[in-house]
Amino acid sequence: MIVDVVFWFLAVLAVFSAWRVFRTDSMVRAAYWLLISFVGVGFIMVMLKAEFLGVILILMMGGEMTIMAVFMVMFMMNPAGLNPMIMVHQNRAAMAAGFGSFGLLSAVGLFARFPASVVPPRAQATAELGTELLGDSMLVFQTAGVTLLAAMIGAVALVSVRGRFGRADEGSDAPEQQPAAAAAAAPGPTVSDATAAAEPAPDVAGEDMPADHAHGDAR
Amino acid sequence: MSQQAIFVVAAAIFGIGVYGALSQQSFVMIMMGLELMLNGAMLAAAMVWAMIAGGTPKGQLLVVVLMTVMAVEAALGFALVTGIYRVRKADITEKLKKLKG
Repeated sequence: MIVDVVFWFLAVLAVFSAWRVFRTDSMVRAAYWLLISFVGVGFIMVMLKAEFLGVILILMMGGEMTIMAVFMVMFMMNPAGLNPMIMVHQNRAAMAAGFGSFGLLSAVGLFARFPASVVPPRAQATAELGTELLGDSMLVFQTAGVTLLAAMIGAVALVSVRGRFGRADEGSDAPEQQPAAAAAAAPGPTVSDATAAAEPAPDVAGEDMPADHAHGDAR
Repeated sequence: MSQQAIFVVAAAIFGIGVYGALSQQSFVMIMMGLELMLNGAMLAAAMVWAMIAGGTPKGQLLVVVLMTVMAVEAALGFALVTGIYRVRKADITEKLKKLKG
């Protein structure tokens, strides 16, 4: 009885906050609504005796949503929700897809007949998961670890080709100064501005530099 | 707290995630939609482990794999958002009409 009350409270909380994610004006608040949804699901997992997974889900999403809120403040317009905000496209089609997938999946849940085999009440689920992860299923565990490592390296590689003040192989100069290579290439006051602008920069500037500078310089 | 109830809740969270991933313009909001979809999937997987598979230890590994997917998605998503913002000053999908950089 009390289990059902707690479960429905958490379920309604998770679904309601998931819905609020896309209906709030502030993107920072959207990140925290998403965190609340994950917390609800995490506690439902704890109630299902997957304590380790539930708690680790809450911890992980707590960190991730904080980073996401910082991203919102850095990049997005209107992070504080001071103006009403609706940024959607193809709203009707997306609604139809959302309701359609909800209907199909819940129909599977309601009408399919699954065997009922519940976790034994005295099961040591966390201890069993630990022995499993470092025993028979160590390959899965290691693969997940290596995948995460590759993702970290890939993320760093994706964002660090270009540093704050230009490409990484140019060295770092403040935005007003010329890069060292370009300063050496320009002979100085003898060249008029018109010719310098008309001619493509000679050999030092390299292959794809002009195109890159076009969008790169404003950092 | 029955199988059916948890399935319906997971399907509702998944459906909201589908709506968000398809309808939002901002990249980070699209990532939120994807994470909601994974959230629903994890809830359903945990329920299958607890109520259908009878708590076999291997069943929880699916949830562990889904969590890995979610972490990878977040890391690479943030990296791509940062990279594309630097090159194109784009933070919504409508600013990316063409793939050519």
